[in-house]
Amino acid sequence: MTERFWLPARILHWLMAILVIAMLFIGAGMVSTVSRTHEWLFAIHKPLGFIIFVLVIIRLIVRLVHKPPPLPADMPAWMRHAATLSHWLLYALMFFLPLLGWSTLSAAGYPIQLAPHVHLPPIAPHNLALYTVLRDAHGFGAYLLFFTYLAHLGAALFHHLVRKDGVLASMLFGKNPAG
Amino acid sequence: MKPAQAGSAYTVYRKGTPMAQIPQDNHSIIGQLRRNKGAAALIAAVLGTVLLLFAWAGGWFGGRLGPGKIADALQVHDGLHDGFRRAHTKGYCFTGHFDGNGQGTRLSVANVFAQGESRVIGRFSTGGGMPDSPDGRLVFRAIALSITSPNGEVWRTAMDSTAIFPVATPQAFMAFLTATSPGSDGKPDPAKVGPYMAAHPETVAFGKYLKDQPLASSFVNTRYYSINAFRFVGGDGNTHVVRWSLDPTAAPEWLDKDKLAQMPRDFLFDDLIKRAAAGPLTWDMSVQLAAPGDKTDDATVQWPGDRESVKVGRLTIDHLVTEDEGPCRDINFDPLALPTGIKGSDDPLLAVRSAVYSSSFRRRAAEGPHPSFSREHKP
Repeated sequence: MTERFWLPARILHWLMAILVIAMLFIGAGMVSTVSRTHEWLFAIHKPLGFIIFVLVIIRLIVRLVHKPPPLPADMPAWMRHAATLSHWLLYALMFFLPLLGWSTLSAAGYPIQLAPHVHLPPIAPHNLALYTVLRDAHGFGAYLLFFTYLAHLGAALFHHLVRKDGVLASMLFGKNPAG
Repeated sequence: MKPAQAGSAYTVYRKGTPMAQIPQDNHSIIGQLRRNKGAAALIAAVLGTVLLLFAWAGGWFGGRLGPGKIADALQVHDGLHDGFRRAHTKGYCFTGHFDGNGQGTRLSVANVFAQGESRVIGRFSTGGGMPDSPDGRLVFRAIALSITSPNGEVWRTAMDSTAIFPVATPQAFMAFLTATSPGSDGKPDPAKVGPYMAAHPETVAFGKYLKDQPLASSFVNTRYYSINAFRFVGGDGNTHVVRWSLDPTAAPEWLDKDKLAQMPRDFLFDDLIKRAAAGPLTWDMSVQLAAPGDKTDDATVQWPGDRESVKVGRLTIDHLVTEDEGPCRDINFDPLALPTGIKGSDDPLLAVRSAVYSSSFRRRAAEGPHPSFSREHKP
Protein backbone atom coordinates (compact mmCIF):
# COMPACT_ATOMS: atom_id res chain seq x y z
CA MET A 1 0.00 0.00 0.00
CA THR A 2 1.13 3.50 -0.71
CA GLU A 3 2.68 5.20 2.16
CA ARG A 4 3.90 8.71 2.16
CA PHE A 5 6.19 10.35 4.66
CA TRP A 6 4.35 11.97 7.54
CA LEU A 7 3.22 15.47 6.49
CA PRO A 8 5.51 17.31 8.98
CA ALA A 9 8.43 15.24 7.67
CA ARG A 10 7.59 16.16 4.07
CA ILE A 11 7.23 19.87 4.91
CA LEU A 12 10.56 19.81 6.79
CA HIS A 13 12.22 17.92 3.96
CA TRP A 14 11.35 20.43 1.25
CA LEU A 15 11.80 23.51 3.41
CA MET A 16 15.23 22.31 4.45
CA ALA A 17 16.06 21.22 0.92
CA ILE A 18 15.65 24.82 -0.21
CA LEU A 19 17.55 26.24 2.77
CA VAL A 20 20.41 23.73 2.69
CA ILE A 21 20.98 24.01 -1.06
CA ALA A 22 20.87 27.80 -0.79
CA MET A 23 23.31 27.55 2.11
CA LEU A 24 25.75 25.40 0.12
CA PHE A 25 25.76 27.90 -2.73
CA ILE A 26 26.02 30.86 -0.35
CA GLY A 27 28.94 29.23 1.45
CA ALA A 28 30.80 28.41 -1.75
CA GLY A 29 30.08 31.86 -3.16
CA MET A 30 31.01 33.93 -0.15
CA VAL A 31 34.54 32.55 0.10
CA SER A 32 35.11 32.90 -3.64
CA THR A 33 34.74 36.63 -4.03
CA VAL A 34 36.03 39.93 -2.69
CA SER A 35 33.10 41.87 -4.11
CA ARG A 36 30.31 43.25 -1.96
CA THR A 37 28.52 39.95 -2.55
CA HIS A 38 30.91 38.51 0.06
CA GLU A 39 29.52 40.90 2.63
CA TRP A 40 25.83 40.16 2.22
CA LEU A 41 26.30 36.42 1.61
CA PHE A 42 28.20 36.12 4.90
CA ALA A 43 25.49 38.16 6.61
CA ILE A 44 22.91 35.59 5.40
CA HIS A 45 25.15 32.56 6.05
CA LYS A 46 25.22 32.93 9.83
CA PRO A 47 21.48 33.33 10.66
CA LEU A 48 20.54 30.81 7.95
CA GLY A 49 22.92 28.29 9.49
CA PHE A 50 21.27 28.81 12.84
CA ILE A 51 17.79 28.34 11.35
CA ILE A 52 18.91 25.10 9.69
CA PHE A 53 20.35 23.91 13.00
CA VAL A 54 17.02 24.50 14.77
CA LEU A 55 15.08 22.85 11.95
CA VAL A 56 17.30 19.77 11.84
CA ILE A 57 16.76 19.19 15.56
CA ILE A 58 12.99 19.31 15.02
CA ARG A 59 13.43 17.06 12.02
CA LEU A 60 15.45 14.49 13.93
CA ILE A 61 12.71 14.36 16.56
CA VAL A 62 10.08 13.95 13.83
CA ARG A 63 12.19 11.20 12.26
CA LEU A 64 12.55 9.36 15.57
CA VAL A 65 8.90 9.56 16.64
CA HIS A 66 7.46 8.75 13.22
CA LYS A 67 8.90 5.88 11.23
CA PRO A 68 9.33 6.67 7.53
CA PRO A 69 7.61 4.43 4.99
CA PRO A 70 9.64 1.35 4.07
CA LEU A 71 11.68 1.30 0.90
CA PRO A 72 10.36 -0.93 -1.90
CA ALA A 73 10.82 -4.53 -0.91
CA ASP A 74 12.56 -5.44 -4.14
CA MET A 75 15.38 -2.96 -3.72
CA PRO A 76 18.70 -4.79 -3.58
CA ALA A 77 20.15 -4.94 -0.11
CA TRP A 78 23.18 -2.81 -0.96
CA MET A 79 20.94 -0.09 -2.35
CA ARG A 80 18.83 -0.12 0.79
CA HIS A 81 21.94 0.11 2.92
CA ALA A 82 23.27 2.94 0.77
CA ALA A 83 19.96 4.76 1.13
CA THR A 84 19.89 4.38 4.92
CA LEU A 85 23.52 5.34 5.26
CA SER A 86 23.22 8.41 3.04
CA HIS A 87 20.10 9.58 4.86
CA TRP A 88 21.84 9.42 8.23
CA LEU A 89 24.90 11.06 6.69
CA LEU A 90 22.68 13.92 5.52
CA TYR A 91 21.12 14.26 8.99
CA ALA A 92 24.56 14.19 10.61
CA LEU A 93 25.99 16.81 8.26
CA MET A 94 22.96 19.08 8.61
CA PHE A 95 23.35 18.82 12.38
CA PHE A 96 27.13 19.16 12.67
CA LEU A 97 27.87 21.74 9.95
CA PRO A 98 26.08 24.60 11.74
CA LEU A 99 27.76 23.54 15.00
CA LEU A 100 31.13 23.48 13.24
CA GLY A 101 30.47 26.90 11.73
CA TRP A 102 29.50 28.29 15.12
CA SER A 103 32.55 26.80 16.81
CA THR A 104 34.80 27.96 13.94
CA LEU A 105 33.71 31.54 14.57
CA SER A 106 34.16 30.98 18.30
CA ALA A 107 37.68 29.60 17.97
CA ALA A 108 38.59 32.48 15.64
CA GLY A 109 37.48 34.96 18.29
CA TYR A 110 34.90 36.56 16.02
CA PRO A 111 31.79 38.17 17.41
CA ILE A 112 28.84 36.03 16.30
CA GLN A 113 26.04 38.37 15.33
CA LEU A 114 23.00 36.87 13.61
CA ALA A 115 20.91 40.00 13.36
CA PRO A 116 20.80 43.40 15.05
CA HIS A 117 20.93 42.81 18.82
CA VAL A 118 21.01 39.02 18.29
CA HIS A 119 24.28 37.33 19.30
CA LEU A 120 25.40 33.83 19.96
CA PRO A 121 27.88 33.08 22.72
CA PRO A 122 31.15 31.35 21.79
CA ILE A 123 31.00 27.55 22.09
CA ALA A 124 34.74 26.96 21.71
CA PRO A 125 37.81 28.66 23.19
CA HIS A 126 39.55 31.39 21.17
CA ASN A 127 42.41 29.27 19.86
CA LEU A 128 43.90 29.47 16.37
CA ALA A 129 45.12 25.87 16.21
CA LEU A 130 41.60 24.73 17.06
CA TYR A 131 40.18 27.25 14.58
CA THR A 132 42.30 25.72 11.80
CA VAL A 133 40.93 22.23 12.48
CA LEU A 134 37.33 23.43 12.80
CA ARG A 135 37.49 25.65 9.71
CA ASP A 136 38.91 22.81 7.62
CA ALA A 137 36.28 20.44 8.96
CA HIS A 138 33.52 22.95 8.18
CA GLY A 139 34.72 23.30 4.59
CA PHE A 140 35.30 19.57 4.11
CA GLY A 141 31.91 18.75 5.63
CA ALA A 142 30.21 21.25 3.33
CA TYR A 143 31.71 19.61 0.25
CA LEU A 144 30.75 16.19 1.59
CA LEU A 145 27.20 17.48 2.11
CA PHE A 146 27.08 18.85 -1.42
CA PHE A 147 28.16 15.56 -2.99
CA THR A 148 25.86 13.55 -0.72
CA TYR A 149 23.03 15.85 -1.76
CA LEU A 150 23.99 15.30 -5.41
CA ALA A 151 23.85 11.52 -4.88
CA HIS A 152 20.52 11.94 -3.07
CA LEU A 153 19.10 13.94 -5.99
CA GLY A 154 20.41 11.37 -8.47
CA ALA A 155 18.89 8.53 -6.46
CA ALA A 156 15.52 10.30 -6.23
CA LEU A 157 15.47 10.78 -9.99
CA PHE A 158 16.57 7.17 -10.52
CA HIS A 159 13.70 5.95 -8.35
CA HIS A 160 11.25 8.14 -10.19
CA LEU A 161 12.40 7.85 -13.80
CA VAL A 162 14.00 4.42 -13.97
CA ARG A 163 12.57 2.25 -11.22
CA LYS A 164 9.25 4.11 -11.20
CA ASP A 165 8.75 2.76 -7.70
CA GLY A 166 7.01 5.68 -6.04
CA VAL A 167 9.84 6.50 -3.68
CA LEU A 168 9.98 10.12 -4.86
CA ALA A 169 6.18 10.32 -4.74
CA SER A 170 6.28 9.32 -1.09
CA MET A 171 7.95 12.67 -0.36
CA LEU A 172 5.60 14.75 -2.53
CA PHE A 173 2.34 16.56 -1.85
CA GLY A 174 -0.98 16.77 -3.59
CA LYS A 175 -2.85 13.98 -5.29
CA ASN A 176 -1.00 10.72 -5.06
CA PRO A 177 -0.04 9.91 -8.65
CA ALA A 178 -0.19 6.23 -7.81
CA GLY A 179 -3.88 6.53 -6.95
CA MET B 1 21.62 -9.60 -19.24
CA LYS B 2 19.90 -12.04 -16.95
CA PRO B 3 16.44 -13.21 -17.90
CA ALA B 4 13.55 -12.09 -15.71
CA GLN B 5 13.09 -14.35 -12.77
CA ALA B 6 9.71 -15.62 -11.89
CA GLY B 7 8.21 -13.73 -9.00
CA SER B 8 10.74 -10.97 -9.10
CA ALA B 9 8.34 -8.43 -10.49
CA TYR B 10 7.07 -6.35 -7.65
CA THR B 11 3.96 -4.49 -7.02
CA VAL B 12 3.90 -0.99 -5.86
CA TYR B 13 1.41 0.87 -3.92
CA ARG B 14 -1.87 2.20 -3.03
CA LYS B 15 -4.35 0.04 -1.35
CA GLY B 16 -3.28 -3.03 -3.14
CA THR B 17 -3.62 -1.55 -6.62
CA PRO B 18 -0.62 -2.34 -8.79
CA MET B 19 1.01 0.83 -10.05
CA ALA B 20 3.71 -0.67 -12.15
CA GLN B 21 5.07 -4.04 -12.80
CA ILE B 22 8.73 -3.88 -13.43
CA PRO B 23 10.61 -6.86 -14.69
CA GLN B 24 13.67 -7.22 -12.60
CA ASP B 25 16.13 -8.75 -14.90
CA ASN B 26 19.09 -6.86 -13.68
CA HIS B 27 19.67 -5.09 -10.42
CA SER B 28 22.67 -3.17 -11.61
CA ILE B 29 22.11 0.54 -11.88
CA ILE B 30 24.15 0.67 -15.06
CA GLY B 31 22.07 -2.04 -16.65
CA GLN B 32 18.83 -0.25 -15.80
CA LEU B 33 20.15 3.08 -17.03
CA ARG B 34 21.27 1.46 -20.29
CA ARG B 35 17.75 0.36 -21.00
CA ASN B 36 16.42 3.83 -20.10
CA LYS B 37 18.63 6.08 -22.15
CA GLY B 38 16.21 9.01 -22.00
CA ALA B 39 15.97 8.85 -18.21
CA ALA B 40 19.71 8.39 -17.92
CA ALA B 41 20.33 11.47 -20.05
CA LEU B 42 17.87 13.51 -18.00
CA ILE B 43 19.47 12.46 -14.70
CA ALA B 44 22.94 13.21 -16.05
CA ALA B 45 21.79 16.61 -17.31
CA VAL B 46 20.22 17.56 -13.96
CA LEU B 47 23.21 16.45 -11.89
CA GLY B 48 25.66 18.03 -14.34
CA THR B 49 23.81 21.34 -14.22
CA VAL B 50 23.76 21.44 -10.41
CA LEU B 51 27.46 20.56 -10.28
CA LEU B 52 28.27 23.23 -12.85
CA LEU B 53 26.28 25.86 -10.97
CA PHE B 54 28.02 24.94 -7.73
CA ALA B 55 31.42 25.11 -9.39
CA TRP B 56 30.52 28.54 -10.75
CA ALA B 57 29.30 29.72 -7.33
CA GLY B 58 32.55 28.50 -5.80
CA GLY B 59 34.57 30.41 -8.38
CA TRP B 60 36.20 27.26 -9.82
CA PHE B 61 35.96 28.93 -13.22
CA GLY B 62 35.14 32.36 -14.55
CA GLY B 63 38.28 34.16 -13.35
CA ARG B 64 36.55 35.79 -10.36
CA LEU B 65 38.81 37.85 -8.10
CA GLY B 66 38.85 35.88 -4.85
CA PRO B 67 40.49 36.64 -1.51
CA GLY B 68 43.11 33.93 -2.08
CA LYS B 69 44.42 35.67 -5.19
CA ILE B 70 44.94 38.93 -3.31
CA ALA B 71 46.53 37.11 -0.36
CA ASP B 72 48.84 35.40 -2.88
CA ALA B 73 49.70 38.77 -4.44
CA LEU B 74 50.50 40.18 -0.99
CA GLN B 75 52.83 37.23 -0.39
CA VAL B 76 54.57 37.88 -3.70
CA HIS B 77 54.78 41.61 -2.98
CA ASP B 78 56.45 41.33 0.42
CA GLY B 79 57.49 37.70 0.61
CA LEU B 80 55.86 34.87 2.53
CA HIS B 81 56.40 35.08 6.29
CA ASP B 82 54.82 32.06 7.96
CA GLY B 83 52.51 32.76 10.85
CA PHE B 84 52.29 36.50 10.24
CA ARG B 85 49.60 38.77 8.90
CA ARG B 86 49.88 39.25 5.14
CA ALA B 87 49.73 43.02 5.62
CA HIS B 88 50.57 45.31 8.53
CA THR B 89 52.82 42.49 9.61
CA LYS B 90 55.00 44.29 12.13
CA GLY B 91 52.96 45.17 15.18
CA TYR B 92 52.51 45.50 18.92
CA CYS B 93 49.52 44.76 21.18
CA PHE B 94 47.84 47.01 23.72
CA THR B 95 44.87 47.00 26.04
CA GLY B 96 42.80 49.88 27.27
CA HIS B 97 39.32 51.32 27.19
CA PHE B 98 37.03 53.51 25.17
CA ASP B 99 34.77 55.92 27.00
CA GLY B 100 31.72 57.08 25.11
CA ASN B 101 30.60 60.60 25.98
CA GLY B 102 26.99 60.12 24.87
CA GLN B 103 27.26 62.47 21.89
CA GLY B 104 27.32 59.60 19.41
CA THR B 105 23.96 58.24 20.53
CA ARG B 106 22.06 60.73 18.39
CA LEU B 107 23.81 59.26 15.32
CA SER B 108 23.93 55.56 16.18
CA VAL B 109 22.25 53.19 18.60
CA ALA B 110 25.58 51.41 19.10
CA ASN B 111 26.00 50.80 22.82
CA VAL B 112 29.64 51.89 22.63
CA PHE B 113 28.57 55.52 22.19
CA ALA B 114 26.49 55.71 25.35
CA GLN B 115 28.25 57.18 28.36
CA GLY B 116 30.33 54.40 29.80
CA GLU B 117 33.44 52.32 29.47
CA SER B 118 34.10 49.71 26.79
CA ARG B 119 37.05 47.33 26.92
CA VAL B 120 39.63 47.59 24.15
CA ILE B 121 42.19 45.18 22.74
CA GLY B 122 44.26 46.75 19.99
CA ARG B 123 47.33 46.71 17.86
CA PHE B 124 49.75 49.25 16.45
CA SER B 125 51.40 48.38 13.17
CA THR B 126 53.35 49.70 10.25
CA GLY B 127 52.37 49.10 6.64
CA GLY B 128 53.79 46.33 4.51
CA GLY B 129 54.11 42.59 4.81
CA MET B 130 57.51 42.16 6.46
CA PRO B 131 57.77 41.27 10.15
CA ASP B 132 61.11 43.04 10.68
CA SER B 133 60.80 45.99 8.34
CA PRO B 134 62.48 49.27 9.32
CA ASP B 135 60.17 51.92 10.80
CA GLY B 136 61.90 54.69 8.85
CA ARG B 137 59.78 54.38 5.74
CA LEU B 138 57.12 56.58 4.26
CA VAL B 139 54.27 54.09 4.72
CA PHE B 140 51.03 53.67 6.59
CA ARG B 141 51.00 53.51 10.31
CA ALA B 142 47.97 51.88 11.71
CA ILE B 143 45.95 51.28 14.83
CA ALA B 144 43.47 48.43 15.05
CA LEU B 145 40.83 48.20 17.76
CA SER B 146 38.49 45.51 19.03
CA ILE B 147 36.06 47.33 21.29
CA THR B 148 33.69 45.36 23.49
CA SER B 149 30.87 47.56 24.72
CA PRO B 150 29.09 47.02 28.05
CA ASN B 151 26.29 45.06 26.33
CA GLY B 152 28.87 42.61 24.95
CA GLU B 153 28.78 43.76 21.32
CA VAL B 154 32.08 43.98 19.48
CA TRP B 155 33.28 46.72 17.14
CA ARG B 156 36.46 46.12 15.18
CA THR B 157 38.15 48.81 13.19
CA ALA B 158 41.53 48.88 11.46
CA MET B 159 42.55 52.49 10.88
CA ASP B 160 45.42 54.05 8.95
CA SER B 161 47.46 57.21 9.38
CA THR B 162 46.29 58.46 6.00
CA ALA B 163 42.86 59.91 5.39
CA ILE B 164 42.74 58.25 1.98
CA PHE B 165 43.72 54.96 0.38
CA PRO B 166 45.79 54.51 -2.82
CA VAL B 167 43.03 52.57 -4.62
CA ALA B 168 39.24 52.55 -4.62
CA THR B 169 38.36 49.03 -5.77
CA PRO B 170 39.54 45.43 -5.28
CA GLN B 171 40.49 45.21 -8.95
CA ALA B 172 42.67 48.32 -8.66
CA PHE B 173 44.24 46.93 -5.48
CA MET B 174 45.12 43.69 -7.28
CA ALA B 175 46.54 45.66 -10.23
CA PHE B 176 48.52 47.82 -7.80
CA LEU B 177 50.05 44.80 -6.05
CA THR B 178 50.88 43.11 -9.33
CA ALA B 179 52.46 46.22 -10.85
CA THR B 180 54.53 47.14 -7.80
CA SER B 181 55.77 43.67 -6.83
CA PRO B 182 59.55 43.43 -6.92
CA GLY B 183 61.13 41.72 -9.91
CA SER B 184 64.23 39.54 -9.91
CA ASP B 185 66.42 42.51 -8.96
CA GLY B 186 64.30 43.13 -5.86
CA LYS B 187 62.81 46.30 -7.29
CA PRO B 188 59.47 47.00 -8.96
CA ASP B 189 59.66 46.92 -12.74
CA PRO B 190 59.23 50.46 -14.16
CA ALA B 191 57.71 48.91 -17.27
CA LYS B 192 54.84 47.69 -15.09
CA VAL B 193 54.64 50.57 -12.63
CA GLY B 194 54.47 53.21 -15.38
CA PRO B 195 51.36 51.93 -17.16
CA TYR B 196 49.68 51.22 -13.80
CA MET B 197 50.22 54.78 -12.57
CA ALA B 198 49.07 56.17 -15.92
CA ALA B 199 45.84 54.27 -15.54
CA HIS B 200 45.39 55.11 -11.85
CA PRO B 201 45.66 58.84 -11.14
CA GLU B 202 44.20 58.17 -7.68
CA THR B 203 47.34 56.22 -6.74
CA VAL B 204 49.52 59.05 -8.03
CA ALA B 205 47.46 61.48 -5.97
CA PHE B 206 47.91 59.26 -2.91
CA GLY B 207 51.68 59.26 -3.43
CA LYS B 208 51.65 63.06 -3.55
CA TYR B 209 49.46 63.16 -0.40
CA LEU B 210 51.89 60.92 1.45
CA LYS B 211 54.80 63.11 0.37
CA ASP B 212 53.11 66.42 1.22
CA GLN B 213 51.57 65.51 4.57
CA PRO B 214 53.78 66.12 7.57
CA LEU B 215 54.90 62.86 9.19
CA ALA B 216 54.21 62.59 12.92
CA SER B 217 57.16 61.63 15.09
CA SER B 218 55.38 58.86 16.98
CA PHE B 219 52.51 56.38 16.92
CA VAL B 220 51.23 58.40 19.85
CA ASN B 221 50.82 61.77 18.13
CA THR B 222 49.53 60.31 14.88
CA ARG B 223 45.95 60.77 13.75
CA TYR B 224 44.25 57.63 12.46
CA TYR B 225 41.39 57.43 9.97
CA SER B 226 38.71 54.84 9.25
CA ILE B 227 39.62 55.21 5.53
CA ASN B 228 36.27 53.75 4.43
CA ALA B 229 32.82 55.16 4.88
CA PHE B 230 30.36 53.42 7.18
CA ARG B 231 26.72 53.93 8.06
CA PHE B 232 25.49 54.85 11.51
CA VAL B 233 21.91 53.86 12.25
CA GLY B 234 20.17 56.03 14.81
CA GLY B 235 17.33 55.23 17.17
CA ASP B 236 15.02 57.21 14.90
CA GLY B 237 15.92 54.81 12.07
CA ASN B 238 17.85 57.53 10.24
CA THR B 239 21.09 56.54 8.60
CA HIS B 240 24.18 58.74 8.48
CA VAL B 241 27.12 57.99 6.24
CA VAL B 242 30.24 58.64 8.29
CA ARG B 243 33.98 58.29 8.57
CA TRP B 244 35.72 58.37 11.92
CA SER B 245 39.14 59.33 13.14
CA LEU B 246 41.25 59.12 16.29
CA ASP B 247 42.71 62.53 17.06
CA PRO B 248 45.82 62.40 19.27
CA THR B 249 45.90 64.36 22.50
CA ALA B 250 49.71 64.17 22.49
CA ALA B 251 51.58 67.27 21.29
CA PRO B 252 52.30 67.32 17.55
CA GLU B 253 55.88 66.82 16.52
CA TRP B 254 57.13 66.02 13.03
CA LEU B 255 59.86 63.94 11.48
CA ASP B 256 62.29 65.07 8.82
CA LYS B 257 61.38 62.78 5.95
CA ASP B 258 64.86 63.12 4.45
CA LYS B 259 66.39 61.48 7.52
CA LEU B 260 63.95 58.57 7.75
CA ALA B 261 66.42 56.06 6.38
CA GLN B 262 68.90 56.87 9.16
CA MET B 263 66.43 56.17 11.95
CA PRO B 264 66.95 53.00 14.03
CA ARG B 265 65.02 50.04 12.69
CA ASP B 266 62.42 49.89 15.48
CA PHE B 267 62.40 53.54 16.55
CA LEU B 268 58.61 53.94 16.32
CA PHE B 269 57.94 50.97 18.58
CA ASP B 270 60.70 51.87 21.02
CA ASP B 271 59.26 55.38 21.25
CA LEU B 272 55.82 53.89 21.85
CA ILE B 273 57.11 51.71 24.68
CA LYS B 274 58.86 54.69 26.29
CA ARG B 275 55.81 56.94 26.09
CA ALA B 276 53.43 54.27 27.37
CA ALA B 277 55.68 53.73 30.39
CA ALA B 278 55.12 57.38 31.32
CA GLY B 279 51.34 57.04 31.54
CA PRO B 280 48.13 56.31 29.61
CA LEU B 281 47.97 57.35 25.94
CA THR B 282 44.79 58.98 24.69
CA TRP B 283 42.97 59.87 21.49
CA ASP B 284 39.59 61.49 20.91
CA MET B 285 37.31 59.83 18.43
CA SER B 286 35.57 62.12 15.96
CA VAL B 287 32.83 61.11 13.57
CA GLN B 288 32.61 63.07 10.33
CA LEU B 289 29.22 63.16 8.61
CA ALA B 290 28.96 63.06 4.83
CA ALA B 291 26.89 65.76 3.17
CA PRO B 292 24.60 64.96 0.26
CA GLY B 293 26.74 64.51 -2.84
CA ASP B 294 29.87 63.38 -0.98
CA LYS B 295 31.36 60.23 -2.46
CA THR B 296 30.78 57.35 -0.07
CA ASP B 297 32.10 54.55 -2.27
CA ASP B 298 35.57 55.92 -2.96
CA ALA B 299 38.24 55.82 -0.26
CA THR B 300 40.69 57.74 -2.46
CA VAL B 301 38.67 60.93 -2.00
CA GLN B 302 38.56 62.97 1.21
CA TRP B 303 35.38 64.75 2.22
CA PRO B 304 35.68 68.52 2.64
CA GLY B 305 37.07 69.55 6.02
CA ASP B 306 34.02 71.68 6.92
CA ARG B 307 31.71 68.68 7.21
CA GLU B 308 29.96 68.33 10.55
CA SER B 309 32.10 66.41 13.01
CA VAL B 310 31.02 64.98 16.35
CA LYS B 311 33.37 64.00 19.15
CA VAL B 312 31.97 60.71 20.47
CA GLY B 313 34.46 59.47 23.05
CA ARG B 314 38.02 58.92 24.12
CA LEU B 315 40.39 55.99 23.63
CA THR B 316 42.82 55.32 26.45
CA ILE B 317 45.69 52.87 26.16
CA ASP B 318 46.83 51.56 29.54
CA HIS B 319 49.13 48.68 28.75
CA LEU B 320 51.43 47.66 25.94
CA VAL B 321 52.28 44.01 25.46
CA THR B 322 54.26 42.15 22.81
CA GLU B 323 52.42 40.24 20.10
CA ASP B 324 53.86 37.00 21.45
CA GLU B 325 52.42 37.55 24.91
CA GLY B 326 49.52 39.85 24.13
CA PRO B 327 45.88 39.33 23.18
CA CYS B 328 45.92 41.01 19.74
CA ARG B 329 47.89 38.55 17.64
CA ASP B 330 45.02 36.08 17.38
CA ILE B 331 42.44 38.69 16.47
CA ASN B 332 41.33 39.38 12.92
CA PHE B 333 40.53 43.09 12.85
CA ASP B 334 37.80 42.60 10.26
CA PRO B 335 36.41 46.04 9.41
CA LEU B 336 32.97 44.48 8.92
CA ALA B 337 32.83 43.09 12.48
CA LEU B 338 30.40 45.78 13.54
CA PRO B 339 27.94 46.19 16.41
CA THR B 340 24.25 46.94 16.08
CA GLY B 341 24.01 50.58 14.98
CA ILE B 342 27.02 50.55 12.66
CA LYS B 343 26.90 49.07 9.15
CA GLY B 344 29.15 48.92 6.13
CA SER B 345 28.66 51.44 3.34
CA ASP B 346 28.71 51.07 -0.43
CA ASP B 347 32.51 51.40 -0.34
CA PRO B 348 33.75 48.27 -2.18
CA LEU B 349 36.98 48.20 -0.17
CA LEU B 350 35.15 47.03 2.96
CA ALA B 351 34.20 43.66 1.49
CA VAL B 352 37.65 43.08 0.02
CA ARG B 353 39.34 43.98 3.29
CA SER B 354 37.03 41.63 5.18
CA ALA B 355 37.52 38.76 2.72
CA VAL B 356 41.30 39.10 2.41
CA TYR B 357 41.81 39.57 6.17
CA SER B 358 39.92 36.28 6.61
CA SER B 359 42.10 34.58 4.05
CA SER B 360 45.26 35.91 5.71
CA PHE B 361 43.92 34.91 9.13
CA ARG B 362 43.20 31.37 8.01
CA ARG B 363 46.64 30.99 6.45
CA ARG B 364 48.59 32.27 9.41
CA ALA B 365 46.47 30.24 11.82
CA ALA B 366 47.34 27.09 9.88
CA GLU B 367 51.03 28.02 9.83
CA GLY B 368 51.06 28.62 13.58
CA PRO B 369 52.45 31.65 15.39
CA HIS B 370 56.07 32.69 14.91
CA PRO B 371 58.10 34.86 17.28
CA SER B 372 57.73 38.54 16.50
CA PHE B 373 60.35 41.30 16.56
CA SER B 374 58.70 42.63 19.69
CA ARG B 375 60.05 39.84 21.91
CA GLU B 376 63.24 41.91 22.10
CA HIS B 377 61.34 45.12 22.75
CA LYS B 378 59.39 44.55 25.93
CA PRO B 379 57.66 47.32 27.86
